[in-house]
Amino acid sequence: MLLDVLTGFIQELRSAGVPVSMVEAIDATEALRYTDLADRVAFKSTLGATLIKNVRHLEAFETAFEVYFAHHRPEPEIGDGNGSPRKSEAAPGEGGRPGAGGDRDLDELIEALFQALLSEDLASIRALVRRAVDDYAGIEPGRPVGGTYYLYRTLRRLGVDGLLERLLESEDGHGRSDLEERLVREEFEERIEQLREEIRDEIRRRLVADRGREAVAKTLRKPLLEDVDLMHAARADLAQLEQVINPLTRKLAARLAHKRRLRRAGRLDFRRTMRRSLATGGVPIEPQFRAPHPIKPEIFLLCDISGSMATFARFTLQFMYAMSSQFSKVRSFAFIDALDEITSFLDVGTDFPQALDRISTEAEVIWIDGHSDYGRSLDQFWARFGGHLTRRSTVIITGDARNNYRDVNSSIVPQLVDVSRAVYWLNPEPEAYWDTGDSVMNAYAKHCTGAYEVRNLRQLEAFVEQIALPPVGRVSRPVPHEPGPGRFWQR
Amino acid sequence: MITFAEPREVKVALEDVKYLADDRIAQVVFLAERLGKPVLIEGPAGVGKTELAKALAAVHDRRLIRLQCYEGLDESKALYEWNYKKQLLRIQADQGSDWSRLEEDIFSEDYLLTRPLLEAITTEEPVVLLIDEIDRVEVETEALLLEVLSEFQVSIPELGTMRAVSQPLVLLTSNNTRELSEALKRRCLFLHIGYPTVEREKQILLARVEGVTEHLAEQVARIVRSVRSFDLKKAPSVSESIDWANTLIALGIAEIEAADVTDTLHVLLKYQTDIERVAKELEI
Repeated sequence: MLLDVLTGFIQELRSAGVPVSMVEAIDATEALRYTDLADRVAFKSTLGATLIKNVRHLEAFETAFEVYFAHHRPEPEIGDGNGSPRKSEAAPGEGGRPGAGGDRDLDELIEALFQALLSEDLASIRALVRRAVDDYAGIEPGRPVGGTYYLYRTLRRLGVDGLLERLLESEDGHGRSDLEERLVREEFEERIEQLREEIRDEIRRRLVADRGREAVAKTLRKPLLEDVDLMHAARADLAQLEQVINPLTRKLAARLAHKRRLRRAGRLDFRRTMRRSLATGGVPIEPQFRAPHPIKPEIFLLCDISGSMATFARFTLQFMYAMSSQFSKVRSFAFIDALDEITSFLDVGTDFPQALDRISTEAEVIWIDGHSDYGRSLDQFWARFGGHLTRRSTVIITGDARNNYRDVNSSIVPQLVDVSRAVYWLNPEPEAYWDTGDSVMNAYAKHCTGAYEVRNLRQLEAFVEQIALPPVGRVSRPVPHEPGPGRFWQR
Repeated sequence: MITFAEPREVKVALEDVKYLADDRIAQVVFLAERLGKPVLIEGPAGVGKTELAKALAAVHDRRLIRLQCYEGLDESKALYEWNYKKQLLRIQADQGSDWSRLEEDIFSEDYLLTRPLLEAITTEEPVVLLIDEIDRVEVETEALLLEVLSEFQVSIPELGTMRAVSQPLVLLTSNNTRELSEALKRRCLFLHIGYPTVEREKQILLARVEGVTEHLAEQVARIVRSVRSFDLKKAPSVSESIDWANTLIALGIAEIEAADVTDTLHVLLKYQTDIERVAKELEI
């Protein structure tokens, strides 16, 4: 029986994108032999330690665990909740008809919840949450939903924000310092957050009971962080994404450094080889090589920061700056219907959120109406900064190429390509939407060195890896600092 | 060597050596000992990853062998190395003798320099082996560990396979700066240690900081929790809150005021921008 649930659970993890190998599944089964199955924390720790090997997968694990191994609390507890002295008078009359609770009932429930929160009495909170979900969530059996709707419905009826204010007022605030005030507020907020979690769990349990584990798990399945759509990410996801950007870039940087080292096609250092050979009686046993000089590209990053593109631009900027050690220089430009250089806002050591605030207020990126105008912005870039481009420069343009039916001006792109190493276009829209509506993607893309759909961190990472470490052995573009006939021929 | 009957005993034993484990840590350590598997511990710096290994060594009264990883770590530093100077001397001393006998001699254990990994499995007494910051070595070097971690043996071409005399308890720590290889992860139990709850942090402070009052410990834990909720470059860790509590005691502060916090922030935070941000927020 347990084994069946366990295999289902592992299957669910795999469907959510968490790689669980056969060996790990066997380990988990083996480890469960030494686990007190009645102890939920122990059980969860055992599964976590054996099945999950990456912090980024913990969230998917949490969700799946809640669905597959929901608490099975004994039902009579509800009776206990009603039986507590505070409500004993009201309970016998009305408690029997769930859903029919009037306002008086609701007030009383909120009052009890308030007391329980104040004293951090987890058992009562849970009992009360069960009652609240019974009466106010209005769960309709059979509907294939994830439960967010029910959650908000319950929260609204309970007036959770009001609860927080009451909690804050309840504590005697006289003579409290600002610091203490702040701490108390944060702690109450955390309790409210816990209450929210409890309600969410309770609703989830009802849903599982109603529709079965597989179905609920499927509705709750969320993409892994690497796969979250950057353009349409929810605020909570954004915060998490920002946290993974730095470790991710560090990993990428380490990988690049390592690959560069492997690719040591340095030329023979004759002098050092001869010097070394003296130790072996003039026989050059160990040839010495010159250290290779990796060519680090210089980046010109052009970001569309109009409303719909802002989040994406932000991530691209943050990612490129975190990676800046991999490039010889990063210069960045922002545009909407005018273009401005923003490199100075993003100096090393500046605080990123602050820098973004300054960019949106100080950079001159709006000309007429603040609707994207790619043609004009590119034209400006070419006129003002075209002279700075060299064979070492890589130009990256990010945006959806939705030009609001303005002049496309696509002839700029081949000019850019001509004087730089490469011109790439990153579009956060799915490739299928390119050239629909006012998108003029292909007019630009056909001239670019490459145009990519970059909708999530995974794709962004893959792209950066590619430009920081161009494949060897291809001669489609000349190596910048090696002048030779090839260079002119290529042009 | 103590064998624990249940996770709770692990927790109590660790508490005796002043390491306050939560239920999850206790459970994973218990499993590691039962299954004889290494534990891979991940988490932010300063939450007690290395400390856990030290505490376990103390609990079992075992020796702690520590392999600090760094970029460029290789076989001869991690596993073993032939003592070639001694070998040369031996060859010179024995000039003229039969080569095949000599060869047998100089490739024997007498001429082997054991490095942490080999040492951990060849000592008579079982030890605790700590492989610290494994994410610093290159992927290829990681492979060196695989044989030791899963079979508890080391193959030396000239000598054959050295099997473990005693099985060490192995802990690996990682700061998660790069993705470890699947092969390595598969062989380990995974334990993520995050920041503790206010209650646990308070207990840690009480256990670790000399002369701290319950009131001060609670205040420190609460303020640190609040500081962690800011968007910082480096959030303060448990080790920093211990330092902070020590500083406050040294300054004779028994009740923390907002001004005290701003004055001593540099103990808690390591970046100037972080210090400025928190100071600004707290000075409302």
